[in-house]
Amino acid sequence: MTPAGVLLTYVVLGGWALVVLFPLYWILTTSFKLPVHVYDGPVFIPYVDFTPSGDAWRYIFVDLRNDTLRPYVNTVVVALTSSVLALGLGTTAGYGLLRFRYEPRLGVVGMFLGSLALAAVAITMGVPWQIAVAAALGLFILARQTLGRRFVRAVGNDDISFWMISQRILPPVAVVIPIYVMFQRVGLLDTRLAVIITYTAVNLPIVVWLMRDYFRNISIELEESAAIDGASPYRIFRSIVLPLSTPGLAATFLLVLVFAWNEYLLALFLTSANAQTLPLLIAAQNATRGPQWWYMSVLILIMITPVILMAIALERYIAKGLLVGALKG
Amino acid sequence: MLTERDLGGTGSPNGPVPLSLPQALTRWAGRQAGSLFLLPAVLLLMLMSIFPLLLSVYLSLVRFQLVPGGFKLIFVGLANYRKLVAGIEREHFLGLLADLTPLIWGMGGAVTAVLLVFVIRGAARMRPAVPRTAGRLVFAVIAGALTWLAIRTLAPGGRPGTVITTILYVFVGIAVQYWLGLILAYLAAQQIPGRRFFRVVYLLPMMITPVGIAYTFRIMADLGKGPFAPLWRAVGLAEVSWAGHAWGARIVVMIGDIWQWTPFMFIVLLAALEAQPQELLEAAMMDGAGRWQTFWKVTWPQILPVTSTVILIRMIEAFKIIDLPNVLTNGGPGTATESLTLHAFIAWRTLDIGGSAAVAYSLLFLVTFMALSYISLVHRRLAGAV
Repeated sequence: MTPAGVLLTYVVLGGWALVVLFPLYWILTTSFKLPVHVYDGPVFIPYVDFTPSGDAWRYIFVDLRNDTLRPYVNTVVVALTSSVLALGLGTTAGYGLLRFRYEPRLGVVGMFLGSLALAAVAITMGVPWQIAVAAALGLFILARQTLGRRFVRAVGNDDISFWMISQRILPPVAVVIPIYVMFQRVGLLDTRLAVIITYTAVNLPIVVWLMRDYFRNISIELEESAAIDGASPYRIFRSIVLPLSTPGLAATFLLVLVFAWNEYLLALFLTSANAQTLPLLIAAQNATRGPQWWYMSVLILIMITPVILMAIALERYIAKGLLVGALKG
Repeated sequence: MLTERDLGGTGSPNGPVPLSLPQALTRWAGRQAGSLFLLPAVLLLMLMSIFPLLLSVYLSLVRFQLVPGGFKLIFVGLANYRKLVAGIEREHFLGLLADLTPLIWGMGGAVTAVLLVFVIRGAARMRPAVPRTAGRLVFAVIAGALTWLAIRTLAPGGRPGTVITTILYVFVGIAVQYWLGLILAYLAAQQIPGRRFFRVVYLLPMMITPVGIAYTFRIMADLGKGPFAPLWRAVGLAEVSWAGHAWGARIVVMIGDIWQWTPFMFIVLLAALEAQPQELLEAAMMDGAGRWQTFWKVTWPQILPVTSTVILIRMIEAFKIIDLPNVLTNGGPGTATESLTLHAFIAWRTLDIGGSAAVAYSLLFLVTFMALSYISLVHRRLAGAV
């Protein structure tokens, strides 16, 4: 490159770095400002323009300790648990879709969905959910035993994969009201468990998608020779496939963790006081405190610091993990 | 309930030797491995998405009413949907149509003509003709209706509803994010000192909660007290409020979205650029092609499949936008920045459960239509282009 080209490259790259970093810098300095610094117009550089003060931090961490701590613990518990669960279920499913052949008959799947629909209608009509689910399950098993063998057409692995991945298209708002009703019926509304289950389900498709493509790049010979030596599929999965996929697992874990950490809409519906998560706490500042930017900046900072640190640590893996998905899409 | 056959050759051949119970259990578990790997995920997804989707259809057909001691669901048929396209919610959902002017006729007519040609050409060339032409016809009708709606609500005198606002966020957002991400990725792929710094920094916005971004941008965009206040004062805009201006508010929401999601495009495109074989580039350079030419003739065609996929992913995700408009502008001024998800949420908050479900289903329909059209018209071609 010519020197002018290098200079231009740095100017453009540096310009965008500035665009990215300046808002973060502004939040950081605002968190050390006093109301007077904000209302008298912008001040930019601590110790030059204004004397930083820890008042906002003290207020959030000392005066409002309990109000801050509970959402924080909720977020940590919910994000970690749901990410681990999604990774567990999604990795096994992704592996299964790659190495086993599934031929569920269409009719049987249809009957299963039909029973589900009946249960759904029954529950909305006021039948206790335990009875509705048990009855639907019984109906399904009965129908499968009697009619199941008549169906010939089956779906294959690709159909199942497509179905799972396409769940990502589903806007959460289209399912959140029924999920709300469901959790209300079983008495789990505003609990961490409800949020964990929901986040696990929402994150599952992306794990299946990324991990299946990751597994595809692992050579099958190793697994075959282990199988010849008599290792069970579980053992092969645990001792050969998983260790070889650590980078993919790391990237996928970070992605789903960030999603669960930042999620807003579902938490908005499913939680109120008890299981409130951090994004809701921050969003609620608007109503209670007006534009008290110094407090908000503190809250935003304590919320984004952990994920940012993790992103910096795992930066290498993220690019690889995302690219695998995008190439095979 | 799912039948499966083990392909991995892991099941041992059945011998006549009688097995002890643990052995039998192990063998059974070995044979069921496929089911056990897949079933938990399938069941969870059915419980948390198929089941709620079915329930949601029902909810979109009822009216929710509080009665003493609880609530009542009254079946109202398609009334909730009718309300959106023809009733009191029409202006909110579809928007206010501008009067027809020759210009609108011209633009709308041009789009209609293009779509007609598309269908007719499809009918003439595609085999089997009937199902494919029918598919194109359905696409043309819906796409045409959406374009007419966009033209008439965005024209002076009209006002876009939540459908068009959402589509606007998606299209403008993706276009800017893609080109910005591509330029940055191309530059960051050069062998220059300090590229690792840029990579790490560029990643950050993606990790930040949209709610936090919304507040950050509200703080930044404050014309009187934000960091750019001296600038606004200098040009005499300090007393104007962007939040009270429909396009001002929309643009701030879009800037927030672009700030957050350009990193995604950047990361994936950068990885794609670095994965391409160097020999081709060198060969092109040898033949005397300039940087510009090499990029468009060699590099860009190679990353087209990845391009297509990142656009698809972003499209699917971008339709779900709610956090930014809700926190940044509360959907205002009026309903100017409201996305479909926010519309559904506001309906839910006012206990219009049926209306909320109807909006949500319209969104689901819109996303599915867009994603399927994109996959069959664009993605298939680009992804297979290599």
